[in-house]
Amino acid sequence: MGLMVLYTLLPLYWLTVNATKTNGDLFRSNGLWFGGEFALWDNIVATVTYQDGIYLTWLLNTALYSVVGAVGATLICTFGGYALARFDFPGKRMARAVVFGAITIPTTALAVPTFLLFAELGITDTRAAIIIPALVSPFGLYLMTVFATDAIPDSLLEAATIDGASAWTTFWSVAFRLLMPGFATVLLFNLVSTWNNYFLPLIMLSDPTLYPLTVGLHQLNNQVTTGANLEPVYNVVLTGSLLAIVPLIISFLFLQRYWQSGLAAGSVKQ
Amino acid sequence: MSAVPWETARGRPRRRRDWTGLIFFTPFLLVFVMGIVAPLVYASGLSLYRDQLIGGRSFVGLGNYLDALTDPRFLEGVSRVGLFLAVQVPVMIGLALLAALILDSGRIRAMRFMRIGVFMPYAVPSVVAALMWGFIYGDQFGLVGQFNAATGAALPGPLTPDWVLIAIGNVVTWQFLGYNMLILYAALRSIPEELYEAAAIDGAGEARIAWSVKIPALKPALWVATLFSIIGSFQLFNEPHVLQSLAPASISTYYTPNMYAYQLAFNANQVTYSAAVAILLGAVTVVVAYVAQWMTARGTRR
Repeated sequence: MGLMVLYTLLPLYWLTVNATKTNGDLFRSNGLWFGGEFALWDNIVATVTYQDGIYLTWLLNTALYSVVGAVGATLICTFGGYALARFDFPGKRMARAVVFGAITIPTTALAVPTFLLFAELGITDTRAAIIIPALVSPFGLYLMTVFATDAIPDSLLEAATIDGASAWTTFWSVAFRLLMPGFATVLLFNLVSTWNNYFLPLIMLSDPTLYPLTVGLHQLNNQVTTGANLEPVYNVVLTGSLLAIVPLIISFLFLQRYWQSGLAAGSVKQ
Repeated sequence: MSAVPWETARGRPRRRRDWTGLIFFTPFLLVFVMGIVAPLVYASGLSLYRDQLIGGRSFVGLGNYLDALTDPRFLEGVSRVGLFLAVQVPVMIGLALLAALILDSGRIRAMRFMRIGVFMPYAVPSVVAALMWGFIYGDQFGLVGQFNAATGAALPGPLTPDWVLIAIGNVVTWQFLGYNMLILYAALRSIPEELYEAAAIDGAGEARIAWSVKIPALKPALWVATLFSIIGSFQLFNEPHVLQSLAPASISTYYTPNMYAYQLAFNANQVTYSAAVAILLGAVTVVVAYVAQWMTARGTRR
């Protein structure tokens, strides 16, 4: 077990250590220990000011895509899961079968078809082209259905209905509060998948100011390693990579009980 | 006869069967159609055509699919991810299972730290993971090069053609080991205590309990973990695509089927053929997933 932790944490340690080095020290010093000069702050400044702050633009894009995409997707899944768990409506059985069947369709398999459709509609190279696909999460719907089935007692809903509350009021005042832990769980998973999204923005976007971090960093690394970029700014690539993972690691550390319960619900209640 | 139709389903309290539920479900339906159904329908339609220099776009029926099935580049990619799947998935799931059993035995110190430490790479975007490992593998300031230089050893470079698939497998294993471990661990925690007590009364030791009680109870969770890993392997793109710029000699533009579809659409300008490859790959993935599910279900029932 100790070996496994060493295996998973050593590369992150390597990245952290090497993000503190100047370009020269990267090549001169031992990869597993700090170089002569502690240049982390200089590297951060170099990263965020590189090419007039393009890194910050990418960071803001990623934040925008993930927050709008993930919050939107999670709300939509909450409505949908509530409907599947708590109501009967025409076509429900079929809708459930089709949507849950779609869990096995991988998002990468959809990237090229989505690009082709959006090209026909003329909306590639826009923010909407990244956000619209991010709003769909069949797995999130499945999780929310499980949560809504377990977390909301029928008696509460009936009481609200008898009191004359509309379905809309009942949802927000009764159901949504009870679904908060599930909401947080699904939100976290959607956040990770949009934050990490790469294939779709890679093919959808050609304007560098619309890139998310993943595409931007890869492009920059490409220029550096192939020599297309005249300055070999390895320090910017490394520090940029480190900065890109910090927000997610922090949110995972703070939201532990949510993702742990989400994993439990997703695997056990099959 | 009442104006509101009531229904009693399986002993649960009565529910109204009306349009309210549909209204709540509509937003999902809309994005589902826009984000999944419409792209698949449009791309399927497109895949039945072919662009020619003379005569423009013409209908070829299943021609693109028949071409793909005999296209050596597509088949090479499929067999490569097949090989990848056959080796990487069992290794990763095996390690995850081992880790989950160790965690569940409760016999180690700093459990919380171990659990989070192994899970942490899941929070790293695969592009960043591939970049980072790429540097570690590389001979510029990578660890392998430094090790060789320091000790005079001649370890083969992980980015050479013979080793690069294993190098990619390592990146994927690194990222998802902890995720799978937690899925299995969560399932282990849900095994009722009485089962252990019964086994202990029967005189079963720790290893025997792991083999006869824990692993059978884990079957559904093992299946979920394996299914997601199979899908991931077939769709392999990010890691080889990122490593390609570091190792262009080892990773071709058709290294995996997804890279081939990407290459066809964006560099070779064979858009309709690319649509066929993407659809075919998606179909293969779904079929493999269902066959795996069917085999598991059959194995469990016996």
